[in-house]
Amino acid sequence: MSPSVCLQEMIRVIRGARTQGEERGVIQRECAAIRAQFRQADSGGRSHNLAKLLYVHMLGYPAHFGQMECVRLIASSKYSEKRIGYLGAMMLLDEKQDASLLITNSIKNDLSHSSQHVQSLALCTLACMGSAEMCRDLAPEIERLLKASNSYIKKKAALCAVHIVRKIPELGEMFTPSAHSLLSEKNHGVLHGAVILITELCERNPDNLKQFRKSVPELVQIMKNLVTSGYSPEHNVAGISDPFLQVRILRLLRILGRNNDAASDAMNDLLAQVYSTSKSITTGISFPFHSIHSIYGLYTLYMVKRIGTFLLIIEFSYISMTSLQKIVQTDHTAVQRHRGTIVDCLKDQDASVKRRALELSLALVSAANIRSMMKELLLFLSTCPPELRSHAASGIFNAAERYAPSQRWHIDTILHVLVTAGGDVRDETVPNLIQLITAASELHCYTVHKLYRALISDIVQQSLVQVACWCIGEYGDLLLKGECEEITPMQVTEDDVLDALETVLQSHMSTPTSRGFALTAIMKLSTRITNNVDRIRSVVSIYGSCIDVELQQRAVEYNALFKKYDHMRYFTMSYCTVILEFGCRSRLSLVLGY
Amino acid sequence: MIKAILIFNNHGKPRLSKFYEHYTEDTEQQIIRETFHLVSKRDENVCNFLEGGMLIGGSDNKLIYRHYATLYFVFCVDSSESELGILDLIQVFVETLDKCFENVCELDLIFHVDKVHNILAEMVMGGMVLETNMNEIITQVDAQNKMEKSETFIFQSPRQDR
Repeated sequence: MSPSVCLQEMIRVIRGARTQGEERGVIQRECAAIRAQFRQADSGGRSHNLAKLLYVHMLGYPAHFGQMECVRLIASSKYSEKRIGYLGAMMLLDEKQDASLLITNSIKNDLSHSSQHVQSLALCTLACMGSAEMCRDLAPEIERLLKASNSYIKKKAALCAVHIVRKIPELGEMFTPSAHSLLSEKNHGVLHGAVILITELCERNPDNLKQFRKSVPELVQIMKNLVTSGYSPEHNVAGISDPFLQVRILRLLRILGRNNDAASDAMNDLLAQVYSTSKSITTGISFPFHSIHSIYGLYTLYMVKRIGTFLLIIEFSYISMTSLQKIVQTDHTAVQRHRGTIVDCLKDQDASVKRRALELSLALVSAANIRSMMKELLLFLSTCPPELRSHAASGIFNAAERYAPSQRWHIDTILHVLVTAGGDVRDETVPNLIQLITAASELHCYTVHKLYRALISDIVQQSLVQVACWCIGEYGDLLLKGECEEITPMQVTEDDVLDALETVLQSHMSTPTSRGFALTAIMKLSTRITNNVDRIRSVVSIYGSCIDVELQQRAVEYNALFKKYDHMRYFTMSYCTVILEFGCRSRLSLVLGY
Repeated sequence: MIKAILIFNNHGKPRLSKFYEHYTEDTEQQIIRETFHLVSKRDENVCNFLEGGMLIGGSDNKLIYRHYATLYFVFCVDSSESELGILDLIQVFVETLDKCFENVCELDLIFHVDKVHNILAEMVMGGMVLETNMNEIITQVDAQNKMEKSETFIFQSPRQDR
């Protein structure tokens, strides 16, 4: 491969490679040639070589040996070499490399270069990868450039200043006076940069808020000019004059006006004007959404209505819901009127829209609408994409806990979730549910019947299996009695119950925890039933030699209960008022002396 | 803040990758792969916003993308950027490329990656939007290209005041 082959030629050769291996071979040869070239001091095609290296880097191959070459090229006097050198610095260097400190001096020199393009290269690189030390060294230079007469440089210097403030917040004071004066510029790019700088300064340091509140009239004036300026072809996007700048200013106004009446008053007229302009706009509408955050008091309701209309337009439902999410914390009732549309969005085929709709629906649940909302949410749970399931399940549990109209409804809802999405619920669901069931004493009969039915139909969902086993163990006698007010009871014999529990014990789908629950349940039943105690005894003794250590330990303990401590069996296996099933086991340990 | 700008084709081959925060080379490639995986699954008629890429920025991360013929333009942003604003920005970027390359196609991006970087540098700097006026961007890029061509005159050109 000829060493001076240019970038395009190399790209052509790489694209000609038919397999991954061939491509790797081509690139390795090229990189070797480039490395050799770097070692030679001659200038020749240095910039070509670095360009080739950057291309190779984008494809994912190592390119760290180009770092020093970047430093050398930046120090060169030719513009083309500087350009590629700076690009290389942005792609290959970062704060952690020592090489990045070496370019600080070059950047300093270039910031005072006679050509604005060279200056802009230096500014761009500093803003992208400037480390804290570099920023500290060069901050005075940037401050000087903010006052330059060239608006091209000013706008770049403004963004560079933002980067410096992010790296070293204390240096913010250096830029505060210049930031003020930048607001009187006419050039949109400079204004844009200035507004970003002021926003950053205000967010970093609340003291700056007082200072910049004095600029509110100026900002309002700029906005007014933009909103009423009519057709300006240069900055026009779909009928709005420079929406990017308008959005930035609105965001800044929001920050400045927060909790400050004087500033908000100054903005009120403007916001009313923005609102009325936005009524006639159907596209390029980012700034109505931003303006709602700037609005206080009575405008909120209007804006929410406005957003509601956008909600119905499919393309904007995502954005509308994102905006509504921000308001729902503070103004719940205003957003409630759109609940129907939001709930419909749960059924949208777009996964992003579904996610937003889920968040918003969970936020909109209240005591008044809990039953209807829960119906929708449970329907959603059965069809929702897998990545949203656990979030939906935990959201449903929280909502049920806060607003459950009755205990029976609460238990039914949790059971429904366990049946639909039992694999995605969190671990503490099982003990929480057990606690809930214990507390609802008049529903024990109903619950145990329901759970038994669920258990015999399907034992895949482990959390459901665990709760069912526990319940059957505790309230097995109620199950066998066969009477229940709330639900038509099945006629269940002792053999049926023991069959069900043994199926759980033997199934390969059961986790060790579920098996533990089942074994304990069988043991507890020995005190609740009369005929099949021998069967229970034999099951328990079989598991005394089980491979699973935990299960084996339990079985041995229970065996001991049968043999040596039969008189204690009723005591240890009686009704628990303690939350977790191993409340029984701790009593057992007490009895057996360890 | 814009965390990254990626352009890749329908098969996931990167055509441009610009990161505004530092990641190792392996992480960068992983991000490109993950983003392609998420974006290529999307239907044609769903919205242009995606959440869920965990590698960049964790939960405060959105992907805003547009699909033009064989290319995906993806901007990874955090919550401080306006979604519709970024969509407009992508449009301005593509229109600028179109003007600079005269009916731009994927091959132009492949063979002139450095030029695309230069154009992008006039629009986004340090993760922040710098300039959105297409004519202004093109004027600057043209001036820079002219400067590169006339290399020998670099010390003699007067300081340009704009």
